[in-house]
Amino acid sequence: MSAKSAKMRTTYREAIRAAIREALLRDERVFLMGEDVGRYGGCFAVSKGLLAEFGSERIRDTPLSESAFVGAGIGAALGGMRPIVEIMTVNFSLLALDQILNNAATILHMSGGLFNIPLVIRMTTGGGRQLGAQHSHSLEGWYAHIPGIKVLTPATLEDARGMLWTALEDPDPVLIFEHGSLYNMEGEIGGDAGAVEISQAALRRPGSGVSLITYGGTLGKTLQAAEVLEADGISAEVIDLRTLRPLDTRTIIDSVTKTHRAVIIDEGWRSGSISAEITARIVENAFYELDAPVARVCSAEVPMPYAKHLEEAALPQVTAIVAAARQVMGRHG
Amino acid sequence: MNLRAKDSTPVLQRDHGLHLLREMLRVRRFEEKCAELYAAAKIRGFLHLYIGEEAVAVGVMQALEPRDAVVATYREHGHALVRGVSAASVMAEMCGKVEGCCRGRGGSMHIFDAAARFYGGNAIVGGGLPLAVGLALADKMTRRKQVTACFFGEGAVAEGEFHESMNLAALWGLPVLFCCENNLYAMGTALERSESETDLCLKAASFEVPSWPVDGMDVLAVEEAARQAVAAVRSGGGPYFLEFRTYRFRAHSMFDPELYRTKQEVEEWKKRDPIPNFEALLRGQELLSEKEMEIMETEIASEITQAVEFAEAGSWEPIEELTRFVYSEGPRP
Repeated sequence: MSAKSAKMRTTYREAIRAAIREALLRDERVFLMGEDVGRYGGCFAVSKGLLAEFGSERIRDTPLSESAFVGAGIGAALGGMRPIVEIMTVNFSLLALDQILNNAATILHMSGGLFNIPLVIRMTTGGGRQLGAQHSHSLEGWYAHIPGIKVLTPATLEDARGMLWTALEDPDPVLIFEHGSLYNMEGEIGGDAGAVEISQAALRRPGSGVSLITYGGTLGKTLQAAEVLEADGISAEVIDLRTLRPLDTRTIIDSVTKTHRAVIIDEGWRSGSISAEITARIVENAFYELDAPVARVCSAEVPMPYAKHLEEAALPQVTAIVAAARQVMGRHG
Repeated sequence: MNLRAKDSTPVLQRDHGLHLLREMLRVRRFEEKCAELYAAAKIRGFLHLYIGEEAVAVGVMQALEPRDAVVATYREHGHALVRGVSAASVMAEMCGKVEGCCRGRGGSMHIFDAAARFYGGNAIVGGGLPLAVGLALADKMTRRKQVTACFFGEGAVAEGEFHESMNLAALWGLPVLFCCENNLYAMGTALERSESETDLCLKAASFEVPSWPVDGMDVLAVEEAARQAVAAVRSGGGPYFLEFRTYRFRAHSMFDPELYRTKQEVEEWKKRDPIPNFEALLRGQELLSEKEMEIMETEIASEITQAVEFAEAGSWEPIEELTRFVYSEGPRP
């Protein structure tokens, strides 16, 4: 193993910072803008230190004007730049929804292919940190409803490190959802870790008895559940979707065709969720392969409560994933 | 601050005067033809005519150079024509033909053109302002001495995007010329029925943006104000706001019974029609003869006839191509 590819310890936060830094070094058209990305160092300290290295032109603090600075990112992309726009949380992105849906996702089409928007928007998503009902939702599946944008959900250190550059090279708008509970996740990645492809789901754990299909913040819980199931004699395969739009239907169907059972774990609300879409695709494409109804573990249909015990009860947890898998395996009690 | 255009306007050059008249007449006759084609069901959807407001687009465009950018609203046929998008491609677009500037994907409200740097055609009131800010940001970051002219109606000042965009453009000293076309009604809602402060220049001034009210029915006043503002913007002075006081003679769209204003009010404004008044001015200065006027009308009629023939001879995009232009069909430089 060469020194360059030697493993190094890092965190999800540091991996994203390294990716932003690499992009700023590689392409002078790239700049980062958002609320408190500069002097404050980023609300979640992702961009800490970048202002000192790259200056206030390229690490650009914005007013609390989500619609204007997201729209400005779209305009700057039209003007030849490669902006990375950071929105503090997914709930705040709703203030910029007009720009994301009515402009970023539609201009290529409305213009008959004349103007593409090479824009990357990063934002924090998800619950589990007792931040209440206006900072904790998982709306990435909702964004995945929109044609014209791509939706990425890095769940591993490699994807945190590698998805950004690929997104920046994409000619169209890409939204990256970083689960807030992952920023402190620590582990090893290759010293030469870099860009990763973003079109395919990943098999994170092979198995033969049931497919556990998930993404983002629930990948860790799902892998833990697979361990518990293994001890119980159930071989669970874990699929990390990675990209919610376009969805890699092939990998999902291949897995279900092998295991004949599926549980979908999604931190979004159940009704009208990405888990509902995946269920539909399994039913459409692999109905006769199924040995049991598809099961889902989603967030309870309430705005996220503050109290710790209530929040834990609202979110998908390992025990619920294990229980759902046991049920589709026909194990009861 | 009032701009007293007439005092500072140099003696009108004959060729330029005829050019201004011709451009206003082109827009007027084009729009009249659109109304006719709408009645004949050749154009569908919403159709918003610019009749009465021609002096604004024509005057402002004189101050722009080809390298500059334009962002407009859903009432933008006139802006596109004067900016150099051909009448044929705009007409074909409105007829939904693949030969249209956006292959019939945009329609009347979404005219785009790359060569003219014409970035829509935005049908969300206020939605174009952040885009203009971003185009200007790209220009500023790459040290290009370009100006982005952003047109919007007075109704947009009620939108948060107006305030966010004015602030951002001023805060960052961006080269945007904000062109507010105050035709007194946001669809059917009069300014004084929707704004606690009806002085629009005062709103702009609160962001430290220089602002002038301009007689939008006087093409020379518009041009002079635009030239001064563009010169200041181009020289790095940050954004400008011009309020063009104008009036639309036709209904808001083709579905508007005009219950909100009196016929008498419309007739009063028609006395200030920018076209006959400017024609009279040219004749008074013996810059235009009866014969020249006839020739001009004939030439314009011929251009529009050819545009309609081009549109009617056009083809429908094959349905097999329906899902194109949702994502780019290959990386772009």
